[in-house]
Amino acid sequence: MRFSSLSKNTLRALTALIMAAVYVPLALVIMNSFNAATSSTFPVQEFSTKWWVAAWHNEGVREALWTSVKVAFWATLIALILGSMVAFALARYRFFGRNTVNLLVVLPIALPGIVTGVAFSNTFKNVFEPLGINLGLFSIIVGHATFCIVMVFNNVQARLGQMNRGLEEAAMDMGANVFRTFFQVTFPGFRAAFVAGALLAFALSFDEVVVTTFTAAPGTETLPIWIYNNMARPNQAPVVNVIAAVLIIVSMIPVYLSQRLTGADQLERKASKQKQAA
Amino acid sequence: MTTSAISAGPASTAEALPAISLRGLGKSFGNVHAVHELDLEIRQGEFFSLLGPSGSGKTTVLRLIAGFELPTTGTIRLGGTDVTRSAPFERNVNTVFQDYALFPHLTVAKNVEYGLKLHGVPTAERKARVAEALEMIRLPQIADRLPSQLSGGQRQRVALARALVLRPEVLLLDEPLGALDKQLREQMQIELKQIQREVGITFVFVTHDQEEALTLSDRVAVFNEGKIQQVGSPEDLYQRPATEFVAGFLGSTNLLEGRLAAAITGSDALSSLRPERVRVGAPAAHERGVAGLVSESVFTGPGRRLVVAPDGFPEHTLLAEVPHGAPGSTLQRGERVQLAWPADAVYTVPRD
Repeated sequence: MRFSSLSKNTLRALTALIMAAVYVPLALVIMNSFNAATSSTFPVQEFSTKWWVAAWHNEGVREALWTSVKVAFWATLIALILGSMVAFALARYRFFGRNTVNLLVVLPIALPGIVTGVAFSNTFKNVFEPLGINLGLFSIIVGHATFCIVMVFNNVQARLGQMNRGLEEAAMDMGANVFRTFFQVTFPGFRAAFVAGALLAFALSFDEVVVTTFTAAPGTETLPIWIYNNMARPNQAPVVNVIAAVLIIVSMIPVYLSQRLTGADQLERKASKQKQAA
Repeated sequence: MTTSAISAGPASTAEALPAISLRGLGKSFGNVHAVHELDLEIRQGEFFSLLGPSGSGKTTVLRLIAGFELPTTGTIRLGGTDVTRSAPFERNVNTVFQDYALFPHLTVAKNVEYGLKLHGVPTAERKARVAEALEMIRLPQIADRLPSQLSGGQRQRVALARALVLRPEVLLLDEPLGALDKQLREQMQIELKQIQREVGITFVFVTHDQEEALTLSDRVAVFNEGKIQQVGSPEDLYQRPATEFVAGFLGSTNLLEGRLAAAITGSDALSSLRPERVRVGAPAAHERGVAGLVSESVFTGPGRRLVVAPDGFPEHTLLAEVPHGAPGSTLQRGERVQLAWPADAVYTVPRD
């Protein structure tokens, strides 16, 4: 498809406008985190790192950060184990109800977070609390794992579909048993997708608010929940800017890395395909 | 060239046993019978081809021998040992895969070394055997390259070295030359045959290319629709096809039937006449012949292919391959022609 220069320039301007709408507010947050003033102002009169220091020494922030890391870690771990196993079952075997299982695994990412949240909240209050399991870290982890699984599953399943089964047969042919074949051939084959899925799952869990609100006990705060609770307090506002800036960076790095990983993977495959064609 | 480390051990009592023995071997995928119960014996040191069109079951038989598939019925014996239910890594056979299946993240040397490592061969011996194997395929200089940096022909040879370095009882080759262009394929055919003769290992070679099977093999099994049509030497198959399918699949032929067969051979049984045995000219004493009209005349390089409509049989055609310079090699479409062939060039073929 070819565009006239007018439509090209219009598209360029539109793209710039949309990008600006997304990223200028983020830039403002980061800039304001270095603003010496207590209330956010524009333009910034005086730059300072004092709010970063304050945030570092803030007990509530530290506790929330630690909670967020624990939640993201466990949710990602659960997602890696279950997501990879489901991906294997669906990519490698044909069985009754295969498409249904596929849909059920992917569905949580499409469900509104508020629905997942209410569902978990009710289940925990009505079913688990009488059994002695209360809302808390555990319920947040389980809630997060439902959509983290999808990240791992999607990545790993896509990669498994493209993998050359012949390599596994070749390894077995040369004398590798099932375990060696898996760890020396199969796993290296989808490792990049596995790590990419883990990074995405971690990032997704780290900045999740809605499901967390419903599954956290009143005293438990993850970093995003801490921001939400402190945004309205004037004396905490500058620290909130700092934490928001940190969240932006912490979420962007895993997404960037996972793109690099899957991108590198695809480049390599493309290169080898071209070689074969030549 | 040294191949001592790769060749099979000295002749032993196993020599008398067939290298591979298949008994009542069958494989179904759901309702599809890929392989009907078949019996086959492949001798020690033989270059044996499984030949057939795609979907004829030849690759399935190879994968059953390798252990990648489990048979629905029957048994597989390797050198007398029953391996029917053994895993691939428990069988002393190695495979050269159609797409080579080289490990993309390992160098050529590491690819070849992989199986030796698995078998716990000491480092020094490993290095020596890898070097020797690369010497055998005449590519010692590419040891440190990755598979993606190799040409198709080089990959093919590396796959061969990787399989042979393990000194298997039997080497299985799944259409290994299928991805190569014609010239390289013919060169590799000669090399394969040489290597097989030097190492003395039984080769089981799957191909759909009848010319390749005839050129390379000591014996060939022709497959169609999951059944073996005929087993025999290339000469047997070409000159004495056991079925209509074999006659038609190996080389081109004139299959004569009905009135034309009756007029030419005196019997209306199905018979075959190879086009290269037909010449242009009046039949001599020991010959038979027919007159007709050239309906197509095609230059083939080594000669000319004539499609002739015999007089009185407008619904039939006869193919004749006329070598360059022989009588009739300049005939054009629409010209009259007299064809002749030795009486023994026509043989009857059992109907399927």
